[in-house]
Amino acid sequence: MATSTDTTVNTTDVAAETVGEDGVRRRDFINIAAVSAGGVGALAVVYPLVSQMAPSKDVLAESTTELDISAIQPGQAVKAVFRKQPVFVRMLTEAEIAEADAVSLGDLREPETLADRTLEGHENVLVTMGVCTHLGCVPLGAAEGENKGEYGGYFCPCHGSHYDTAGRIRKGPAPTNLVVPDYTFTTDTTIVIG
Amino acid sequence: MSFPWAKQYEPKMPVMRWLDEKLPLPRFVYNAVGAGYPVPRNLNYMWNFGVLAGFCLVLQIVTGVILAMHYAPNALVAFDTTEHIMRDVNWGWMMRYAHANGASFFFVVIYMHIFRGLFYSSYKAPREMIWLLGVVIFLLLMATAFMGYVLPWGQMSFWGAKVITGLFSAIPLIGEPLQVWLLGGYAPDNAALNRFFSLHFLLPFVTAGVVILHIWALHIPGSSNPTGIEIKSESDTVPFHPYYTAKDGFGLGIFLILYCTFVFFLPNFLGHPDNYIPANPMATPAHIVPEWYFWPFYAILRAFTVDFILSAKLWGVLAMFSSILLWFFLPWLDRSPVRSGHYRPLFRKFFWFGLIPAMVVLFICGGAPAEEPYVMLSQIATAYYFLHFLVILPIVSSIERPEPLPYSITEAVLGSDKKAVLGENTSPAT
Repeated sequence: MATSTDTTVNTTDVAAETVGEDGVRRRDFINIAAVSAGGVGALAVVYPLVSQMAPSKDVLAESTTELDISAIQPGQAVKAVFRKQPVFVRMLTEAEIAEADAVSLGDLREPETLADRTLEGHENVLVTMGVCTHLGCVPLGAAEGENKGEYGGYFCPCHGSHYDTAGRIRKGPAPTNLVVPDYTFTTDTTIVIG
Repeated sequence: MSFPWAKQYEPKMPVMRWLDEKLPLPRFVYNAVGAGYPVPRNLNYMWNFGVLAGFCLVLQIVTGVILAMHYAPNALVAFDTTEHIMRDVNWGWMMRYAHANGASFFFVVIYMHIFRGLFYSSYKAPREMIWLLGVVIFLLLMATAFMGYVLPWGQMSFWGAKVITGLFSAIPLIGEPLQVWLLGGYAPDNAALNRFFSLHFLLPFVTAGVVILHIWALHIPGSSNPTGIEIKSESDTVPFHPYYTAKDGFGLGIFLILYCTFVFFLPNFLGHPDNYIPANPMATPAHIVPEWYFWPFYAILRAFTVDFILSAKLWGVLAMFSSILLWFFLPWLDRSPVRSGHYRPLFRKFFWFGLIPAMVVLFICGGAPAEEPYVMLSQIATAYYFLHFLVILPIVSSIERPEPLPYSITEAVLGSDKKAVLGENTSPAT
């Protein structure tokens, strides 16, 4: 009888095309699997294309900056270069320290004491990045005769942010205090930043 | 697009007939800008700026490719190679001034083009897609112009790169890593300059691609016109060539006279002198401003000075980007069925006495230092700008009583439409 062959043929067809009770065909799984594999492959290609723009090894291998601070007189500041960005090293006077300590923490946008921002035993040495925390300009106030702003620290000319003698944001659009980088004293007059 | 009366391309020379059968390129051109493309007869000079923008794109690509033959995108020598172009390369000074002033004139033309569209509501159905593609082109132009300005590696270049990538750092969580990714470092340096060169070369070709879509989308409904009424019959149109090729050619002549005046007699008038100082990562110039064509948007960025819910920095960035992104919704914000501002008395008042003055104030404030009274003025103008598009325009379009419209373009031009009276009106094929 022809029925046996017919049955075989039908079985295969039915197996492939059977629509389950939930309306899903077995072939649908293959479609999803194939598109998923393609999607994973595409992501694997896109990742290096995007990642190549992130900092390269030479940029990441940024070294430290060593600085002799013996020549800086109280009331003076110097600009050093750390990771291709300016860093301010400022020798505070007694008056400036007193002024910074007199500020109540409640008045600050980002409450930090001067002691929090300097190293123990060296409260007169203020080391901060010379990068305004608003949009990244270099504030004035490090060099002789520059505008130090209303709070005697730094003033950013780009959008008018004022920082106090401890480099804390007091007025203007900048959201946080000038960043204090990691640094240590190797001798009494030498610091290593980074 | 073709109206039933559009002329058909008929190749005369055997070689053109041969080509037309294989690759109908001449037919394509004939139907795009030749006699095969009927255009409203009443277009005024505000309709010249599309062609001028296309000309500027070609001008920038040609002078740009030439400059790239002599410029080196390396932080050590970028400034020097720019001066080498000015001093040593044959006609280098002209190429550089042509490219730099070309960018300014490109923006002049684009702003005229955009405000033409805003007044005559060229963004309304069925031309939404033309408008949307135009906004994409505008965004591409701004990105391209920004990266081009970085290349000479002067003071404004460097600090512009720092501040503009710094805008992205305002985004919560991903902002800082995003800025580092964009710069390829923690401050603008060689990596940033190198990639900006690559992208500044790429984007104009992307722009050219979108311009092709922009023109394609335009050719489906055909050009709008100062009455805002659709074409009704052949008497409403003239073939693009020779009528508008000649008119556009005349407009191009006027444009070139002005442009050459700047290139040859005032080449640095529109630029900032601080960009003749080599980039110094240790000192920011006291008065840092972007190029003049960014001033209105820069003013919006700086108008936000107080934290509420979000930081002032993030508000400024969001406002600046949304001031342009909201143009994407314009076809759906202005619901009035009448297109042209000529027949919309209330719209016209808000356009000339609201939007335009607000833009002028933003422009002036963006170029001025961030001091009073400029900050307050830019706050008021920013508020009006958003109010205009999001509140005033939707309300005006629903309450306004438009003035009577002419029957047809022909009637608007000649005072009567004989064909319409005689019943010979031919409806355009769709």
